[in-house]
Amino acid sequence: MSEEKQDKAQSGSVQTTGHAWDGDIQEFNNPLPRWWLWGFYATVVFAVVYWFFYPAWPVGQSYTKGGLNSITYKVGDKEVTTHWNTRALLMKDLQEGEESLEQRKYMQQVQAASYEQIQSDSNMMQFTRAVGKTLFADNCAACHGIGGAGVVGLFPNLVDDDWLWGGTVEEIQTTLQEGRNGFMPAFKKTFTDEQMSDVVEYVLGLSGHEVDAGMAKRGGELFNGEGGGCHYCHTREATGMTSVGSTNLTDGIWTVANVPAQKTPESRRQVVRDVIKNGINRQMPAWKERLSPEEIKVLTVYVHELGGGK
Amino acid sequence: MSASKDQIILFEERIPIYPRSVKGRFRTIKWSILILAYGVYFILPWVRWPRESTVDQAVMFDIQDRIFYLFGMIVNPQDIFWLAAFLMIAAFLLFFVTAIAGRAFCGYFCFQTLWTDVYILVEHLVQGERPARIRLDKGGWTSEKILKKGATHFLWLLVSFVTGLTFTLYWADAYELIGQFFTGAAPFPAYATTLFLTLTTYVMAGLAREQVCTYMCPYARFQSIMFDNDTQIVAYDEKRGEGESGRAKLAKGRKAADERHEANLGDCIDCGFCVQVCPTGIDIRNGLQMSCISCALCIDACDTVMDNLGWQRGLIRYASENELEGGKSHLLKLKNIAYGLVLLAAVAGLVWSVATHSLLSMAVTQVRNPLYVVLSDGRLQNSYDIKLNNKTEKTMRLTLHIEGLPGAVMDLGRLKKIELAPLSSVNVYVRLKAQPIKGVSGQMPFMFIVQTSLGDQEIVQSKQALFTMRGNGQ
Repeated sequence: MSEEKQDKAQSGSVQTTGHAWDGDIQEFNNPLPRWWLWGFYATVVFAVVYWFFYPAWPVGQSYTKGGLNSITYKVGDKEVTTHWNTRALLMKDLQEGEESLEQRKYMQQVQAASYEQIQSDSNMMQFTRAVGKTLFADNCAACHGIGGAGVVGLFPNLVDDDWLWGGTVEEIQTTLQEGRNGFMPAFKKTFTDEQMSDVVEYVLGLSGHEVDAGMAKRGGELFNGEGGGCHYCHTREATGMTSVGSTNLTDGIWTVANVPAQKTPESRRQVVRDVIKNGINRQMPAWKERLSPEEIKVLTVYVHELGGGK
Repeated sequence: MSASKDQIILFEERIPIYPRSVKGRFRTIKWSILILAYGVYFILPWVRWPRESTVDQAVMFDIQDRIFYLFGMIVNPQDIFWLAAFLMIAAFLLFFVTAIAGRAFCGYFCFQTLWTDVYILVEHLVQGERPARIRLDKGGWTSEKILKKGATHFLWLLVSFVTGLTFTLYWADAYELIGQFFTGAAPFPAYATTLFLTLTTYVMAGLAREQVCTYMCPYARFQSIMFDNDTQIVAYDEKRGEGESGRAKLAKGRKAADERHEANLGDCIDCGFCVQVCPTGIDIRNGLQMSCISCALCIDACDTVMDNLGWQRGLIRYASENELEGGKSHLLKLKNIAYGLVLLAAVAGLVWSVATHSLLSMAVTQVRNPLYVVLSDGRLQNSYDIKLNNKTEKTMRLTLHIEGLPGAVMDLGRLKKIELAPLSSVNVYVRLKAQPIKGVSGQMPFMFIVQTSLGDQEIVQSKQALFTMRGNGQ
């Protein structure tokens, strides 16, 4: 083929550009079709038309904004009209887009349904959990962690079945709306060192740890008597009260003193002692001002599902 | 285009091509393929097929619900591998066929070729045979020319429009959409798609034609690298056609075969029929060239001439370069066998995948943050996200249970039943509670099993999952 072309070039039937390198290397001219050129002109025309409708040229600190192509979307209750730009387009899409409207429809269904209805319907649960996951990540994960496991001593674990303030949907909803104030007074001035050791023995004994029986007995008297007064919040059975958020001391879950993580009996006693000595002061903010009722409803279901609520 | 050496032309006008009509074996094959292809393409959207969950359409590509219906087969998004396999099959079939029979796809099956054929037919019917068309183009704008040209373009546009509209009908209920289309009630994409395809069909098959093959089509370019000396190509038998003294027109003293042989003239009578019928406007006698789409119409043309002369057919024929030089074609070679094997493997893979695909699928993801949690009674809890997918057109009632984790309890919260609408999926959050086993720590494998009955058919799917066990209580 190339030989053939070379022959033709030598005979002059294929045009060359007239360029020559090293004396004899020539360049064939294979012309493009004419419409190719028109295609190029068409892109030029397109570009000029584009400048009139879309943001295009930088002018000083600003730029040409384009016309006849504005976007109107809502900020709060106010309508904002701006020149075409992708950020405004996204806002408009979030407010009026097909998918957004579809999502709103589902949201209204969730709002109209009772907790019982939502939780017994697999489709509604799928939607609620999907929306809840985002809301949780945006609002709750900063303290409780992305999976809801919390931090022992600081932020309660939401994945287990121990609910300080109650694990029914109604109680969880109240917790979310109103916030909670977890408080236990410091007992360092109330108890002597020996009394403190006795109470620690008693508390550890409640959840089945090996303890000194004599000390635990004396500790129990302080716990249930006027000397310590612990039973006012933790109850005489030490199972806690959801109305004040006092913890159940008889089960295996520790929300403040990290007893399960301790390797030796001494360190176990030490962490419990620290809590009794210094007390607890934890706060969860109220969310009713920041989240809409339907968002709180969705989060309630999400949190209820995490560990399996009551 | 005769340009002088000092005047360089970088852009050139298209040289108009007026293909002459021809009858023959290959033309008949090409018309048959065209009728078959058009039949399938234009009739398919109207074929009905009983369905329970949607309109009774045999072939429908439902983009909105992300489901493709192909007669009895329903293709879900997760079956995207089928598309990959299908495309692989298409690619390797192209390679395989090209290596053996040259650009058979271009000449017989490519829609550019099929539609151009129809457009040339329209041109022929309205304006007449090649000389009439040339005369019409050269002549001034008489009322006859306006009428004929107008009618041609009108008919072209009509074919384009029907083509575009038919394509659109594949994506929705054809009967409903066509009513909506002409009452202005169809969705915008239907109009946009139809308009776009009307315009592209008109431009490509009516105006651009062979330029699509020579300037635009990537296949045209890369198919040539699959050629070798054994590939069957549409070839001019140069030895026979040129003889020793070249081709020559029929004239006095060089009419009969023996007269010509005595004068060492070839069998080519230089009638130009092969050039006139060529839809890409090339002269096959120049040898294998990039613009040749292997449509074989020049073979028909030359055979017609040879028949008329009473000479042997095959001056232009399917032959390999080896055959033209007197040798033989070797088709059983590593390249062809490899293409064939890969093609077979892809076909087998697709058939196996389609034949064994499940009507119900399950995917299990363990929640990893946290992996496990200790409950107040000392048990361990792991959580799982389970995605269930109903690929049938019937509603499914599912039961979920576990096997292989003794003593474990499954907790679905308040979810009493899992019901899946036809062709839908759902995510279910599952918690498992199990007593820690003393001394056992790590991942314990077990099975999630989902069951449903469809009529008298029992469908069971199982997926292995892991339970994180911490026997030391931590």
